[in-house]
Amino acid sequence: MRCAGIDIGSRSIELVVLENGKIVESRQSDSGFDPMKNATALINGAAYDAIMATGYGRHLFEIAFNSPTVTEIKAYAEGARFLFPDVRTVLDIGGQDSKAIALNADGKIKKFEMNDRCAAGTGKFLEIMARSLGYELDDFGPEAMKAEKDILISSMCTVFAESEVTSLVAKGSDRREIALGLHSSVVRRAAGMLKRVSVNAPVIFAGGVAKNPCMCHLLEKALESPIHVPKNPQMVGALGAALLAAR
Amino acid sequence: MSQDYTKMWEKLGLNLEAHDALLSVLGKAYQDIYLAQKNRPQGMGYFDFVMSEVHGLRIKELLDEQAAGRKIIGAYCVFVPEEIALAAEATLVGLCSGADFAADEVEKLLPRNTCALIKSSFGFKLGKVCPYLECADMIVGENTCDGKKKSYETLNTLVKNLYVMDLPQKKSDEGKALLKSEYYRFKEAVEKLTGAAVTAESLRKSIETVNSKRKAIHRLARLRSASPAPISGLDALLANQVYFYDNPARFTDSVNKICDELEKRVENKVGVFPENTPRILLSGCPMAVPNWKLPWIIETSGAVIVGEESCVGERGTRNLTDDSGTTVDEMMEAIVERYFKVDCAIFTPNPDRLSHIAEMFETYKADGVIHYGLQFCQPYLMEAIPVEKALEAKNIPTLRIDTDYSMEDAGQLKTRVEAFVELLK
Ligand code: SF4
Ligand code: SF4
Repeated sequence: MRCAGIDIGSRSIELVVLENGKIVESRQSDSGFDPMKNATALINGAAYDAIMATGYGRHLFEIAFNSPTVTEIKAYAEGARFLFPDVRTVLDIGGQDSKAIALNADGKIKKFEMNDRCAAGTGKFLEIMARSLGYELDDFGPEAMKAEKDILISSMCTVFAESEVTSLVAKGSDRREIALGLHSSVVRRAAGMLKRVSVNAPVIFAGGVAKNPCMCHLLEKALESPIHVPKNPQMVGALGAALLAAR
Repeated sequence: MSQDYTKMWEKLGLNLEAHDALLSVLGKAYQDIYLAQKNRPQGMGYFDFVMSEVHGLRIKELLDEQAAGRKIIGAYCVFVPEEIALAAEATLVGLCSGADFAADEVEKLLPRNTCALIKSSFGFKLGKVCPYLECADMIVGENTCDGKKKSYETLNTLVKNLYVMDLPQKKSDEGKALLKSEYYRFKEAVEKLTGAAVTAESLRKSIETVNSKRKAIHRLARLRSASPAPISGLDALLANQVYFYDNPARFTDSVNKICDELEKRVENKVGVFPENTPRILLSGCPMAVPNWKLPWIIETSGAVIVGEESCVGERGTRNLTDDSGTTVDEMMEAIVERYFKVDCAIFTPNPDRLSHIAEMFETYKADGVIHYGLQFCQPYLMEAIPVEKALEAKNIPTLRIDTDYSMEDAGQLKTRVEAFVELLK
């Protein structure tokens, strides 16, 4: 049986198809202005017997395709557990949200936290900050890691942080140090969220932001624990949904 | 609505245009949230009727009572003793504050970070859309949280008939003495308002009336411990909301009728949702009409609410007033005793509330607790953290939610609630 999972997030959509416990297909696209249109295009031509939707657009997909749904929380926990069977803590930082999940020793979700209504502490925040410092998103983390020290950014609000960055640049502060400071502030927030649900090893870091090496490095320092990043960190939700579709 | 009440509203000084807008929002919400539910008990038809006439027939009844010489008292808190009002020939109605209204006007008078409940009570006054408020002969405010306390100073400039009741903050002998003297002061104020003296006979009768209303609600609550739950949390919440402004005797009858029906449902194992639906206990700030947002999100996310640890719920209605006294003083004492047990978060410390939550969790066979705090409500938001810790120490899954009346966060709330329900399965 081929089972698919689709994760319709606010920034991107991922599709994973599983057959006999193996990933046989994975696709990704932007959510764009019309996520349902893009989701429809993404599943076009993919072969599967059952599909489960997750992500913030899951209920739209449910209506359009009469598919069952699962929350991102459960999907990420499930996906992470498939990749790392003894996982106890999952952090996911995606385009516009972030979440921390604590699992019991037997893999059941014990507690979770999600970010507030705004973009603070998410991929969107890093993206905007990279842009205002003139970095490509992919270079943002590696460049920040070259800084010797970081400059404290006091504001977590995207709008205020951006003007803080602009004034630091105008004052002639080192771009890399500002970049490191911005990463540190996202990590502080993520670590706070993780500590509220309790942190136990192994910790899995998923979502698009997990591709940023500076984030991983700082997070390990903040948690005093190694963290594991899946090969395709942004596919974990879709993978989890596909696994649940198989049940 | 069955009749044209425009003249009545006009006479009360309502802003007709704004009032129409409010009624249409209310009607739509009721349609989408209440009437869209499946498997509702037939007896809920009464409450559908009450809601459709909430600004119509019920107001007309109150005006008729007034014409016959009774007085109407509006109150914002469950600490205002209905027994005393009734015994002095006054009718007590709750002033609901469950929707944002006239927000721009409100923010001229109150800081932005005031809880939605207080803002709403001002919005209804400033927008001139609440016929209960406008027809009340006396409005009772109470010194509970700082927000209410201070806002009454401002409300006093907007209404002519505000009476402020002081309340204790500690469950001490001194606290009880304060409550007692305040209840006597209230008794005198009501007697002065109506010109009718509270007598042993009238007080005995009013205790009976209010106790009967409570007993009916207790009966309803007990039936919800059955699995599958015979009534939705939304419908039970509505009964608890209507408790505050319906005619007490008619309300008691209607709730008892629903209970007769629910007893049969329980016997036949008929429920509103399937038997294995996760069961939620809601705990926290009161939910006034038409604040149905969170219960609606919960019950459309695959769970059923089986109890409300709230002032619009069991915190407000549990405990009867002892009716064995024979003199006014003895019965006043019993009233003080009964109300002094209300475990509102404005008390410090407030351990009874925590034990009550745990007790309700057991009684109603809940699977998890959702703590509902209104943004900027210090007493409940502060208490939420130790409550969550204590419940989790007992292995009771708990979800803490801070929100307000806007629908802005509905999507995010839905995800959090759904994820919580998933973990209960
Ligand atoms: S929560 Fe406290 S202040 Fe509010 S109605 Fe209840 S007792 Fe009164
Ligand atoms: S919800 Fe909280 S802040 Fe608002 S009136 Fe009630 S106790 Fe006060």
